[in-house]
Amino acid sequence: MSHLEKDSFGAKLGMWLFLFTEMLLFGGVFLLYSVYLTRYPKEFGLGGRQLDLVYGATNTVVLLTSSLFAAMSVTAIKTGAKKLTLGLLSGTVGCAFIFLGIKYLEWSAKFHHGIYPNSPKLIAGPPGESIFFSLYYLTTGLHGIHVIVGAVLMSWTAVMVQKERLNASDNVTLENVTLYWHLVDLVWIFIFPLYYLIL
Amino acid sequence: MSQETAMAEGGFWRDTGRTGIGAWIFSTDHKRIGLMYLYCVLGFFLVGAFLGLLIRLELMAPGPTIMTAKTYNALFTVHGVVMIFLFIIPGIPASFGNLVLPIQLGARDVAFPRVNLFSWWLYATGAIIVLVSLFTGGGAPDTGWTFYVPFSARTTTNVSLAVFGVFVLGFSSILTGINFITTIHRMRAPGMTWTRIPLFTWSLYATAWVQVLATPIIAITLLLVVTERILGLGLFDPTRGGDPVMYQHMFWIYSHPAVYIMILPGMGVISDIIPVFSRKPIFGYKMIAFSSLAIAAAGSAVWGHHMYTSGMSDTGVLVFSFLTFIVAIPSAIKVFNWVSTMYKGSISLEAPMLFALSFILLFSIGGLSGLILGAAATDIHVHDTHFVVGHFHYVMFGGTGFAFFAAAHYWLPKYFGRRYREKPAIVGWVFMFIGFNILYFTMQVLGMEGMPRRYYDYLPEFARLNFVATVGSWILIAGVIIVVWNLWHGLFKGEAFAGNPWGGATLEWSVATPPPTENFEEDPVVTHGPYDFKGAGVP
Repeated sequence: MSHLEKDSFGAKLGMWLFLFTEMLLFGGVFLLYSVYLTRYPKEFGLGGRQLDLVYGATNTVVLLTSSLFAAMSVTAIKTGAKKLTLGLLSGTVGCAFIFLGIKYLEWSAKFHHGIYPNSPKLIAGPPGESIFFSLYYLTTGLHGIHVIVGAVLMSWTAVMVQKERLNASDNVTLENVTLYWHLVDLVWIFIFPLYYLIL
Repeated sequence: MSQETAMAEGGFWRDTGRTGIGAWIFSTDHKRIGLMYLYCVLGFFLVGAFLGLLIRLELMAPGPTIMTAKTYNALFTVHGVVMIFLFIIPGIPASFGNLVLPIQLGARDVAFPRVNLFSWWLYATGAIIVLVSLFTGGGAPDTGWTFYVPFSARTTTNVSLAVFGVFVLGFSSILTGINFITTIHRMRAPGMTWTRIPLFTWSLYATAWVQVLATPIIAITLLLVVTERILGLGLFDPTRGGDPVMYQHMFWIYSHPAVYIMILPGMGVISDIIPVFSRKPIFGYKMIAFSSLAIAAAGSAVWGHHMYTSGMSDTGVLVFSFLTFIVAIPSAIKVFNWVSTMYKGSISLEAPMLFALSFILLFSIGGLSGLILGAAATDIHVHDTHFVVGHFHYVMFGGTGFAFFAAAHYWLPKYFGRRYREKPAIVGWVFMFIGFNILYFTMQVLGMEGMPRRYYDYLPEFARLNFVATVGSWILIAGVIIVVWNLWHGLFKGEAFAGNPWGGATLEWSVATPPPTENFEEDPVVTHGPYDFKGAGVP
């Protein structure tokens, strides 16, 4: 492999390795979930039913749509359609904001009911319930941070596309950021059923 | 820096657009980054060794000797954190890995030079955060380097900041791992087939996978400690339904594989040095390369052996014990192959070889005592005693530490263009080797007799051996000072070093001394194996 050409395969390989580390990071949280679910199945069931399925389902749709936009932006830039690429990237970032907005509404509703980490209500309640909501805030919070990071990266790529530093022939950075975005999406695809559906 | 630049001539020391310290801390040259890591890890090693010396002074006699119990708790915590996270994990891979790996593959740099620089910055940032945590807030953490809950969630010392620093260091380690894997897959020169990759680089490949796959678990675990302290999630708090043993599981899921991040590169160094100083091709090349991967894989499934006494089902203990014994097999394969390589070789006992030989002995003692700990029945007896402390110092210091110095004596002259003096190096090695064994073998005996680890005070019957161990620590530290001083002095002011005096057949010995910024004038074409001395044309 000569060092002079840009190695886009290598860049993607590096990105995939990084994505492994992200999966394992969330893996730790899912590990805790599985252990505590086995220990407190009843409390988890009660907790899960208190989560708002409408908010959860809407966010799933929003995030899947954003991923579609992201994937389309990769196809668009390869054909050299700069305007379309920018439009699709804005769509992705827009969806990220909608997602965060809905998350904000969902969390505030819970806060309103006195359900937040270390709240008097949770401390007074059964231990399993406190564990469930702690895990819920931990998982969705960690995921939310990833959504923010992803949105920042997406916006940065959009600037690069605008400046034509990323173009039809050199676009591996956009592809890598999109891969990251799909990961954020994928993690949510696991969070949604685990917290909203199966309990 | 300016003095060093003036002392070392030519090669990558000269070719740079920037001047002063900016030429280093903003350089993406893997050799400069490797040297920056080297200075940092060596500095932290000396700091950690000094702290260890203080611990031994305190334990020289029963009762309070030179410090309070609280200081003692902080001291063994900081000794552990500095040695593990700032010295030994980045130690060989980040310093010598960066210096040597791209050249051994015939590449001009790593796959992502800027990420490489970024990961050094993360290391520096993490190190500064850890250092700041010692002197701010509630003072230095006193939890032990394992940060076990529930104590770490409750102590008033500055655990949150220290743990966050370690989190940043983990990030640095992950990025180095990603960089090395990609480099090994994509940047090999023409002709550098997988079975021509030098064994040091092979070991870094296995290490890099562990770095990538294990480090995220410690990241989330440490993040949980911070959230536990700041947000009060209660996930590990038994009064709130949490389980502290879960913390131990998650901690060791990373921290046991991390043991192989520490030792595998050391084994790689030895695999490269032994054939050169025995004038014989390595015995069982493929088995050594493969056993690195086997250790990395098997080592990822044995974390439970740290927790036999923490509350685990008998089945769990049995399975973890069995898997632990499996790790011994690839480790033994390596030891046998090194010994077979030396058989009927023309062995020259120069400094790198002496360190390599002592590695084999000390690592074997450490590894075999590990089996005593891996067997559940004997572990119950010696768990959390000085036997454990002796065991892991044999593996970590006797293994990785000695390999680090072997690598320093073997490779650094190539990069500095000057060399150390041989006699002080050997004298220093003798002191280190003798002091080391007096110190840590005594610890193992103490542990067998029942002296617990991390205790500030002890029963009078342990007094004699504790005194002996402390004397050993003085001899050891004297050896370390001689060796480091001799290296430092030699590399900046010593005799010129050129070419390939030891007759290595790997690619780093075929380039100019010191290597030029681009490593190779022309992209090399590899025509022979890494230990094919005839093929490389060395006598």
